[in-house]
Amino acid sequence: MSTPNAHYGFAERWLPRLVLAPSFLLTLVFLYGFIAWNGYLSFTNSRLLPNYEWAGLVQYATLFENERWWVAVRNLGIFAVLFIGGAMAIGITLAILLDQKVRGEGAIRTLYLYPMALSFVVTGTAWKWMLNPGLGLEKLMHDWGFTSFTFDWLVNSEMSIYTVVIAGLWQSSGFVMALFLAGLRGVDDSIIKAAQIDGATLPRIYWKIILPALRPVVFSTLMILSHIAIKSFDLVMALTGGGPGFSSDLPATFMYSMAFTRGQTGLGAASAMMMLATVAAIVVPYLYSELRKDSHG
Amino acid sequence: MANSEKFWRFALYGALLFAAAYYLLPLYVMLTTSVKSVEEIRAGNLLSMPMAVTFDAWSKAWSTACTGVSCNGLSGYFWNSVQMVIPAVAISTMLGAINGYVLSKWRFRGSEIVFAMILFGVFMPFQVLLLPMAQTLGMFGMANTTAGLVFVHVVCGTASTTLFFRNYYVGIPDELIKAARLDGAGFWRIFWRIILPMSTPIIMVTLIWQFTQIWNDFLFGVVFASGDAQPITVGLNNLANTSTSVKEYNVDMAAALIAALPTILVYVFAGKYFVRGLTAGAVKG
Repeated sequence: MSTPNAHYGFAERWLPRLVLAPSFLLTLVFLYGFIAWNGYLSFTNSRLLPNYEWAGLVQYATLFENERWWVAVRNLGIFAVLFIGGAMAIGITLAILLDQKVRGEGAIRTLYLYPMALSFVVTGTAWKWMLNPGLGLEKLMHDWGFTSFTFDWLVNSEMSIYTVVIAGLWQSSGFVMALFLAGLRGVDDSIIKAAQIDGATLPRIYWKIILPALRPVVFSTLMILSHIAIKSFDLVMALTGGGPGFSSDLPATFMYSMAFTRGQTGLGAASAMMMLATVAAIVVPYLYSELRKDSHG
Repeated sequence: MANSEKFWRFALYGALLFAAAYYLLPLYVMLTTSVKSVEEIRAGNLLSMPMAVTFDAWSKAWSTACTGVSCNGLSGYFWNSVQMVIPAVAISTMLGAINGYVLSKWRFRGSEIVFAMILFGVFMPFQVLLLPMAQTLGMFGMANTTAGLVFVHVVCGTASTTLFFRNYYVGIPDELIKAARLDGAGFWRIFWRIILPMSTPIIMVTLIWQFTQIWNDFLFGVVFASGDAQPITVGLNNLANTSTSVKEYNVDMAAALIAALPTILVYVFAGKYFVRGLTAGAVKG
């Protein structure tokens, strides 16, 4: 179907292109054009209002000297490692447990996955209440007799980023479970049966046969989770607002506050370019390999 | 042997139930807190059952709670979100269906490149669009309007919808199209008569996916809308972060549940499609 036959009329041959044109133009102008525009802004001295005079690498130099930016980058590192690692571990474990011919599997799965339907703002608001020092978890523990229990991570600038990890894991680990469960169901039963006949134990079968077969799922899940991590904005805004101070800032919240609340347009644009570069470094090789796989059948 | 088998089953169900409790806990806490009075919240703890159920916090969250300077509750934000989500979902889904149809069944030279270019839109961090988009919306008088938000969501959502439909249509045998073409059916007739009637599952997936994404969006809402056009997520965030002398967690929780209700309902009634949507974007085939 890839090449329309010659006896199809002019309209039939050009119609597909014409139909695709609006979306193509939207993409070209509003994605790629805007990337270029934002890129240009990052090379200007724009403050509250954009100005289009070329200023070279000034904004990038400022960015790399900015302590707050490095806090955001370091936080992203901590958040990404713990969030991705934790969600993978919880997700795979729950998927394997659910795969043991469990009664009521559908209902249990539904419970694990519903946080994914909520917005990060809702998740952040809920966890902010549960983690607040005073009335939340701390009071609960005191009521249960652990009177020396303190949990002030939310207002502790050393620990605030870890509360973002806690809420993020709650929101997304069920989703990883769903991805892996779908993957597990796709593994050929006959290989597993053969291994069982050979006397392999269940953990060994999972470790040696099933998990290696799930490599593509692991890979896509890693992609999606790292993508969520880099884009994380709402959760931080709702849970900690980036605080205390700017101790739980991520690049996304840094960009927002520079560009829209502190009138540092050029700096905001530069930080956005850094985010784009990070995502592109991860995603472009992935898309390239996916599309190549596609065209080879 | 039988005993150890029993023990493992017991441990398995124990672990699964423990995990279920972990996922359910915040929902339980939100629900119970939202029907308690402020005094009761102070007296009890996170897990204590409400002694006297009251829906005051709900009505306050809906109509009189303060979100920054105004004190009209979340109702206005809620309707803003409704007005935003319906056209944005409808338009991005339609565009996705048509794009997917062309990109799978009417490929032409360069169509793969077009697909790859659109696909990058699924992954790109939207932060790079914010500044230029704010300028552009301002130029066209669409800043701080629901129409502006609809436009942004269509631009950014069409990448995912195109991906969904394209991957689904690739699975429809080409022979079907060939046969129809031999019978003299053209581009549109094949779309309306053959492709679309087979598309119900993927349309459901896309509608639910887009609805959830757009309803839950916060970034575009907070950047491109102010005051009268702000969506529910922004309203909730304003409400929860408005400092009052006495923090009313019951109102916060009622507000969070109001903001979550539409997507929870979709999840409950169309969960099957929701899961399929989540996995369709990630695991191909």
